[in-house]
Amino acid sequence: MEELLSVEKLHKTFKLSSKQQKLERTNSKYKVAVDGISFKAYKGEVFGLLGPNGAGKTTTLRMLATLIKPDGGDALIDGASIVKEADKVRQKIGFLTSELKLEEYFTPNYLYYFFSELHKVPEDIREKRKEEIFSLFEIGKFAEVKVADLSTGMKQKVSLAVSIVHDPDIIIFDEPTNGLDVLTARVVTDFIQTLKERGKTVIVSTHIFSLIERVCDRVGIIIDGKMILCDTLDNIKAGQSLEDKFFDIYKETVGTEI
Amino acid sequence: MKSTIITILKKELKRFFSDKRMAFTTILLPGIMIFIMYNFMGDAFSDMMTVDDEYVYSIECVNMPASIRTLLENTSIAGGLKDTDTGDGNEAKKELESKDSTLDLYIVFPENFENDIAVYNSTSGEKAPQVEVYYNSASTESQTAYKIFIEIMDSYESSMTNKFDINSDSSVQYDLANEKDSAATIFSSMLPMLLLLFIFSACMSIGPESISGEKERGTIATMLVTPAKRSHIALGKIIALSIIALLSGISSTIGTLLSLPKLTGTDEGSIDTNVYSISDYALLAVIILSSVLIIVTLISIISAFARSTKEAGTYITPLMIVVMLIGLSGMFSNGTKTELYNYIIPMYNSVQCMIGVFSFEVLPMGMLLTVITNILYTGIGVFVLTRMFNDERIMFNK
Repeated sequence: MEELLSVEKLHKTFKLSSKQQKLERTNSKYKVAVDGISFKAYKGEVFGLLGPNGAGKTTTLRMLATLIKPDGGDALIDGASIVKEADKVRQKIGFLTSELKLEEYFTPNYLYYFFSELHKVPEDIREKRKEEIFSLFEIGKFAEVKVADLSTGMKQKVSLAVSIVHDPDIIIFDEPTNGLDVLTARVVTDFIQTLKERGKTVIVSTHIFSLIERVCDRVGIIIDGKMILCDTLDNIKAGQSLEDKFFDIYKETVGTEI
Repeated sequence: MKSTIITILKKELKRFFSDKRMAFTTILLPGIMIFIMYNFMGDAFSDMMTVDDEYVYSIECVNMPASIRTLLENTSIAGGLKDTDTGDGNEAKKELESKDSTLDLYIVFPENFENDIAVYNSTSGEKAPQVEVYYNSASTESQTAYKIFIEIMDSYESSMTNKFDINSDSSVQYDLANEKDSAATIFSSMLPMLLLLFIFSACMSIGPESISGEKERGTIATMLVTPAKRSHIALGKIIALSIIALLSGISSTIGTLLSLPKLTGTDEGSIDTNVYSISDYALLAVIILSSVLIIVTLISIISAFARSTKEAGTYITPLMIVVMLIGLSGMFSNGTKTELYNYIIPMYNSVQCMIGVFSFEVLPMGMLLTVITNILYTGIGVFVLTRMFNDERIMFNK
C-alpha cells in the first residue's frame, strides 16, 4: 500500500486565557491539546479520527492542513513536511470543516472559479474539472443560483465541491456531518465513499460512530490528546459494536464513567 | 406575573452585565467620549475665536463721534481705530475683499451722527440714522473686530431705544469676503471632518464583514489552506475595501458639495464650488485615497483581531470617535499647520492637507509627506495583517 500520510509524534500546546483556565478548572496556563500523536494513512483509504469533544481531533487536522503549526513532531503529506513545506502541502490537500458557511451572495459557479484561482488550477483544465465536479454533485442546474437560495443539502454539496477544485490526493474533513440533518449527512458520507472509490485518501474526524462504521477502513481513537488505539475498524471493534468498544477504551483510559 | 417580570428582568440584566466589554462600551464609553469631545470642542472653539493678544487691529473710521470712541476705549479694537476720509470708501472696501488684508473694518458714521440721533424720533416712521460697518467674514481678525464693535453698538443703541440702525440696507453688501474666501472658510472648516466620517462609515460597514465575518463563517480557513500567499489575501482585501470605501467617499463628497450651501444657509450665491480647479480636486482625490488606505487598514486589523463582526463593531466604535475628534480639529483650526511633523500623524495629516486644499494654502512638502507616510503606514498595516493571518491564536480563537 502506498503511504500518503505519515504523522510522527505531533504535539501541540495552547496557552490558556484566565477565562479558559476557569472553564478547564485548572491552574496551569497551558493545555496539551495534542500529545505525541502518530499514525499513517494509505492511498485510497479512509482514516477516521474518533474521540470526544476536546480530545484534540480538530487541532490534529488543523495542523495537517497547515492552518496551525505543531510545536513538536511533523507529518509528511505525499512526502511534503507540514512544518517545512506548508506551501507544497497546501497544493496536495483539500480541507473542509463543518464550520464552513459559504457566503450567500455567491453562486456555485463563482465559488468554483474563485477557489480554482486560489488553488492555481490551470485555466485549460478548469472547465473540464468543473463539469466533472458539478456532475458528481448534481450541482449543474443550480450553478447560477445564489448560495442563499440553495437547500441545506445543496449548500453542503457546494462546500464539498469547492474543497476539491484542485483534485487533491488527500482530503481532510473535520467533523463533516456535525449539525447536519440526516439527508445532508448522507450527502457527505456518499461523497466520502465516492472519493475512496476514486483512489483518494480521506482523513475524517468525528465523534459519530455510525459515520466511522460506514466509511472508515482504519480508525485512530484519540482521548485527551493521545492516540490510544490505531488499527483497522474490524480489529478495533473485535466483535463488539464500535460504540461499546469506544466506551470500554474510554473508561480504561480516563478511569471514570462518562 | 410579578415574579415572571422580575425573573426576565434579572436574566436580561445578568446577560448584559456578564459581557464586560459590552457593559463598558454601552455605559462607560459614551460618557468618557462625550466628556473628552466636549472639552476638546470647547478648547478648539475658544482657539478659533481668539485673535492673538498682541494683534493690533486696523480699523478705518469715517466721521466717528467722540462718544463712540469713548465707548470703545476699553476694548481690544481701540488701539486700531484710525480716522479717515477715503471719499466713497471704494479703496478700503476693495482692500477688505481680501481675507489677508491688513485692514479689518471700515466703519462709516453719518456726518452728524450725534446730532442725528438726538433729533431722531423712532415713532416718526422716518429712516433711522445709518451706521455702515464693512468687514470680511473669511478673516478671523476682521470677523472678531466686527463682533466686538457690533456688541458695543448694540448695547449703546438699546440704551437709547433704537435711535439708529447698523447695516440695515439690504441692498448693500457689508460682508466683503469674496466668493473664493467664503468657499474656503466653509469648506475647509466642515468638509475634512465630514469626509473622514463618510469614509470611515463606509469602511466600518464593510471591513468587519470582510474579515471577522469570514472568520465566523469559516471561509477564511478554506482560503488559508490554499497555496495563495497570505500577504496577497491581506492586500487583496485591503484594496477591495479601499475601492468600495473610495466610491462611497466620492458619492458622499459630491452630495456634500451640492448640499453644503443649503446646509450652511448660504445658498444664495455666496458660496460656489467652482472656485476650485481640477488640480485642487486631483489633490483632494490623492489625499482621500491615502486616507482611505489608512482607515481600511486599521479597520481590517481590528476586524482580524475580533472574534466576530459584533466584537469588531465594538472595537471600531472608539476608533471612530478618535477619527471624529481629528476631523473636528480641522473645523476649529485657523488655516493649515506649517510645521512638517503635523504631516506624519496619521489622519491628522489628511485633515491638514484637506484644509490646505479647501483654503488654497496647500503646503507641497506637507502634502508629499502625508501621501508617503500614509502609504508607509498602510504597508506596515498589510504586514501586520499578514502576520495576523499567520497567527493561529488570532485566526482560530473562539
